Amino acid sequence: MPYESVIGLEVHAQLLTESKIFCGCSTRFGAAPNQHTCPVCLGLPGVLPVLNKKVVDFALRAALATHCTIAPTSRWARKNYFYPDLPKGYQISMYELPIAEHGHVEVAALRPDSGQAQGQAKKVCLTRIHMEEDAGKSIHDAEAGASLVDLNRTGVPLLEIVSEPDIRSAAEAGHYLRSLRTLLQYIEVCDGNMEEGSLRCDANVSIRPQGNAELGTRTEIKNLNSFRAVEKAIEHEIQRQSEVVEAGGRVVQETRLWDADREVTRPMRSKEFAHDYRYFPDPDLLPLVVDQAWVEHVQADLPELPAARRARFIHDYGLPVYDAEVLTARKDVADYFEASVRACPAVPKVVSNWVMDSVLRFVKEEKLDAALKIETWPCSPEHLGMLIGLIQDGTISTTIAKTIYEEMRQTGHPPEEIIEAKGLRQVSDTDTLQAAITEVLTANPDKVEAYRGGREKLLGFFVGQVMRATQGKANPQMVNTLLRQQLSQ
Amino acid sequence: MSHYALTIHQAQEKLRAREVSAVELSQAVLNRIQDTDQHLHSYLTVCAEEALAQAETADRTLANGVTPPPLCGIPIALKDVILAQGVRSTAGSKILEHFVSPYDATVTQHLKEAGAVIIGKVNCDEFAMGSSNENSAFAPCRNPWDTDRVPGGSSGGSAACVAADQTCAALGTDTGGSIRLPAAFCGIVGLKPTYGRVSRFGVVAYASSLDQVGPCTKDVRDCALLLEVIAGYDPRDSTSVNRPTPSYTAHLERGVSGLRIGIPQEYFIEGMQPEVETAVRDAIAHLSTLGAEIVPISLPHTEYAIASYYIIAMAEASSNLARYDGVRYGYRAAEVEDLGALYQTTRAQGFGSEVKRRIALGTYVLSAGYYDAYYVKAQKVRTLIRQDFLSAFEACDIIATPVAPTTAFRLGEKLADPLTMYLSDIFTIAVNLAGLPGLSVPCGFDQHGLPIGLQLIGRPFDEEALLQAGYAYEQDHDWRARKPPL
Ligand SMILES: [Zn+2]
Repeated sequence: MPYESVIGLEVHAQLLTESKIFCGCSTRFGAAPNQHTCPVCLGLPGVLPVLNKKVVDFALRAALATHCTIAPTSRWARKNYFYPDLPKGYQISMYELPIAEHGHVEVAALRPDSGQAQGQAKKVCLTRIHMEEDAGKSIHDAEAGASLVDLNRTGVPLLEIVSEPDIRSAAEAGHYLRSLRTLLQYIEVCDGNMEEGSLRCDANVSIRPQGNAELGTRTEIKNLNSFRAVEKAIEHEIQRQSEVVEAGGRVVQETRLWDADREVTRPMRSKEFAHDYRYFPDPDLLPLVVDQAWVEHVQADLPELPAARRARFIHDYGLPVYDAEVLTARKDVADYFEASVRACPAVPKVVSNWVMDSVLRFVKEEKLDAALKIETWPCSPEHLGMLIGLIQDGTISTTIAKTIYEEMRQTGHPPEEIIEAKGLRQVSDTDTLQAAITEVLTANPDKVEAYRGGREKLLGFFVGQVMRATQGKANPQMVNTLLRQQLSQ
Repeated sequence: MSHYALTIHQAQEKLRAREVSAVELSQAVLNRIQDTDQHLHSYLTVCAEEALAQAETADRTLANGVTPPPLCGIPIALKDVILAQGVRSTAGSKILEHFVSPYDATVTQHLKEAGAVIIGKVNCDEFAMGSSNENSAFAPCRNPWDTDRVPGGSSGGSAACVAADQTCAALGTDTGGSIRLPAAFCGIVGLKPTYGRVSRFGVVAYASSLDQVGPCTKDVRDCALLLEVIAGYDPRDSTSVNRPTPSYTAHLERGVSGLRIGIPQEYFIEGMQPEVETAVRDAIAHLSTLGAEIVPISLPHTEYAIASYYIIAMAEASSNLARYDGVRYGYRAAEVEDLGALYQTTRAQGFGSEVKRRIALGTYVLSAGYYDAYYVKAQKVRTLIRQDFLSAFEACDIIATPVAPTTAFRLGEKLADPLTMYLSDIFTIAVNLAGLPGLSVPCGFDQHGLPIGLQLIGRPFDEEALLQAGYAYEQDHDWRARKPPL
C-alpha cells in the first residue's frame, strides 16, 4: 500500500542576544566552564528571573518574519523536570499562551546553498513560536565515574518554532529547515549553526495510507544536529514505520533518538525524558504584554525578507530565478551584490555571474561564510563593480580581468590602479595588433598553409599565439577579426 | 531600662544623643541572646563578630555629627530564609544546613544601607512551611510567654526574639500568616505588606505568588519605620511594584476619626476561644470610641480560602524546592548508585516530613489530569476571594478581625494532625490570596497570660491606614508594658 508521510518539525534557535534571558550573564560561546554564571542562572536559593527585553524583540522579529499573529498578552510557564544541567529543576518556557501563533515559512524552490532544485515552492505553516531558556551541558565521559556540568549555556535565550505537520518528505523537511535558517539569519536573530547547537531540530513523523485524512501515530525523533541527520533520520523513520505497518504491527507513540553513526533511530529509555512536565504559570514573572507600538517598532527595524528580495531581484535586475535565489540566500551576499551593481548598474547579470563564480566560490573555499556575517570579502563590492565596468568599456578583457581580480583580492587595491601599475590595459590599436599577427603568421608558415588548406580549427592556435605575444592584453574580438582577414588574403 | 529592651525609635534617640553607643547596644543584645536563648532557640546563627564590627562602623557614623541613616547602629534579626552575604542561611532545613549565601537579599541590602546591625539569623519552620515553628529542622523555637507553647509559625523565631528582647526588631516572611500569627502568639507587632511592596529577591521562596517580607517589631512606630526602610520597587524582582513608598512614620498620629472599619461576619466563628473574640471585639469598640465607624461586611468566599491556599502554595513550593537536588550546593547524599538515587536520597534525607508532604501534594495537583480540577480551580477561587475584599472596601477603609482563633497552643498539640494545624491560619490566609496588607497588633491576654492579636487588613498599598489605626489603638493600651517571664 502506498503511504504518505506526515512530518512536523520543532526547531530550537539560540538567539544572538549579548546577555542571557533572565540574568545579565554573557551568552558568548567558548568560555571556560561555568564562567558565564551568576546566582540567578545557577539557581541559588532566593533568586528571581528578570526578563531581557531584547529577547522579546528577537522573538517579535521572528514572529513578524514568519507572518505570525502576535499575542497581546502571553505568559511564562515552568516546565518541571530534574536534570543536573537544569539548575532550578524547571525550565522557564511558554506553554498555554505563547507569544506568537499561526504563521508560515515560504520554502523556496531551489536549495539556497547548492542551488539544486528542491521541488515546488510551498508554504509550511507554523503552529507557534515561543521563548524559553536553554539548559546547561552535561559532560558524561570526560572523567571516570563522574559527570561534569557546565552551566554557561543555562539561560541562553531560545526560540522554539513549531511547524504544522505540513511536510511530506525527508527532503522537504531539509528544505523547510534551510529556508527557516536563512530567514533567521536574515533577520539576525540566530547564527543557524547546527553543529554548534545554535539551531536544533526534533521531528514528529507519522505515516498514513495515501489519501487518508486521519493522522497516523507519530514518533518524535531527537538528536538531529545536522541537515544530513534531519533528512537521513526522517527517511529512516518513514521506512521503519512502513515496515512495522506492512508487517501488521502498530506504530507506538514514543520518543526516538537518532544514532548518526549507525544511521538508525532507537527508542529513548524512559529515564531519558520525563512524562509529565507539570507546566504551570511562573509566579515570578508577570504576563508579557506586547502592545502595537512595540510590534511596529520591531517591524520598522526589520530588513527586506528573502522572499521579497528574491522577487525584486528577478523583477528589477532581470536575474534568472536561480541567480536570485543564490544571491538572496544570505542577507550579506544580497547586500554585496547590490553594492556591486551600484558601481556597475548596466549589467546586473554579469555582476551576478562574477559574484557567484568568483566571490562566492572563494568565500566558500575559505569558509568565510561560517560566521553569521561575512566579515572579510575577497574584494570590496565597489571594486568588483568597477572591474566589471572596465570589461564593459573595453579597457580590459575578461581574461585579464581574472588576473586583476586575483591581484585585487591579494592587495585590496582598486582595479584601475593595478591596470596602470602592471600595464594591463587592453591593446585595441589596429597597427600594433596587425604587427603581432604578422609576426605570428611569419613564424608558422606550415600552419598557415594547413589553415588555408581547410584546417580552420587552427584559428584558435593563432589567437593564442597573438595573446601570448601581447601578454594577454590584446583585445580578443579584434584579434579574431584581424586574423581572419590576414589569413584569407 | 536595659539597653536590649529598647525599641528602634528609643534606641535611635539614645544613640543620637550618645547616651548609648552602637557597640554597647549590640553587646547588650548579644548578652541577652546568650542568657536566654537556651530556653527559646530563637537564633539559628548569631553573627556576634560581624555585628560588633557593623556596630563600630555605626558608632563612627554617629560620631560624625551629620544625620545618620535611619537604622544606624540598630540590631535587626533576619528570618533564616532571608539571605545575607557571607552568613549561613539554612531556611530551617537540613538541606541548607551549611549553605553560606554569596549575596545579600534586597531587603538585607536596604537594612545595611540604613546602617542596621545584622545581629543574626532566626529560627523558622523549614522553608517557611508551618504554623508553629515545630517544623524547624533544628530545635523548635519556643514561645517566650510560656516555653511549653509554640511561638507560631513560620516566622516564630522573628516574633519570639522581638518579644524576648533578643533584638530591637526582626524581619519575617508571611505566605499565609507566617508573620501575623507568630506576632499575635508572641504579643508583638507584625506586618505583612501588600504583595509587591517589598522585594522578594534573596528570600528563599516557599510560594512565590504569596510570599512577602515584613517587619516584626515591639510597637507600631517601629513597624512603620522598618517598613519604610525595606519597601520599594526592586528591578531584580519582576513582581515588585514600581510606585513610590510613602513615609509611613510621617502621618502615624493621624488617628481613626472617620475611618470606616469593616467587620466580616465570617471571621467570628463557632469554636473560637471566647477570650480571643472578646479581646478583638473590645479593641474594635475602642477604635469606635476614637471616632471610627464600624461597618458590618461579608466576605462570602472565606470558607474556600484554606483549600485554595494550600493547593496554590504547595504547587508553587513543589517547583520552587526542585533546585535542592544535591548537585550544586547544600546537602548531598553520600554513596549513591546513580543520578536517580542521588536525587531521591538527597531529598529524602535533606527535607523534613512537612516539606515532603507539601512537595508531594503540590506535585500531585500540577499533574496531568489533576491540574484543572485543583490548580486552575484554586486560582479561580483566589480571584473570587480578592473580589470579595475589593467590593468590601467600597463600604469600608480597613477590615478588623482576629489574627487566629486561639492563643498559642502547646508544642506537639497539633503536630500529629496537619489539618488542624492548617486551621491556625484560617483568618490570615485570605489576605495573602488577595495580596493585601495585614497588620497584627497585640490586643490583650487570655487567662493564661498568653497574648491575643488584632488583625487589621487594608486596601492594596494602603499600609498607612493600618499603621495609623494600629498606632491609635496602641497609644491607649499598655499591653506592651507587660514582658514575658524570662
Ligand atoms: Zn547569570
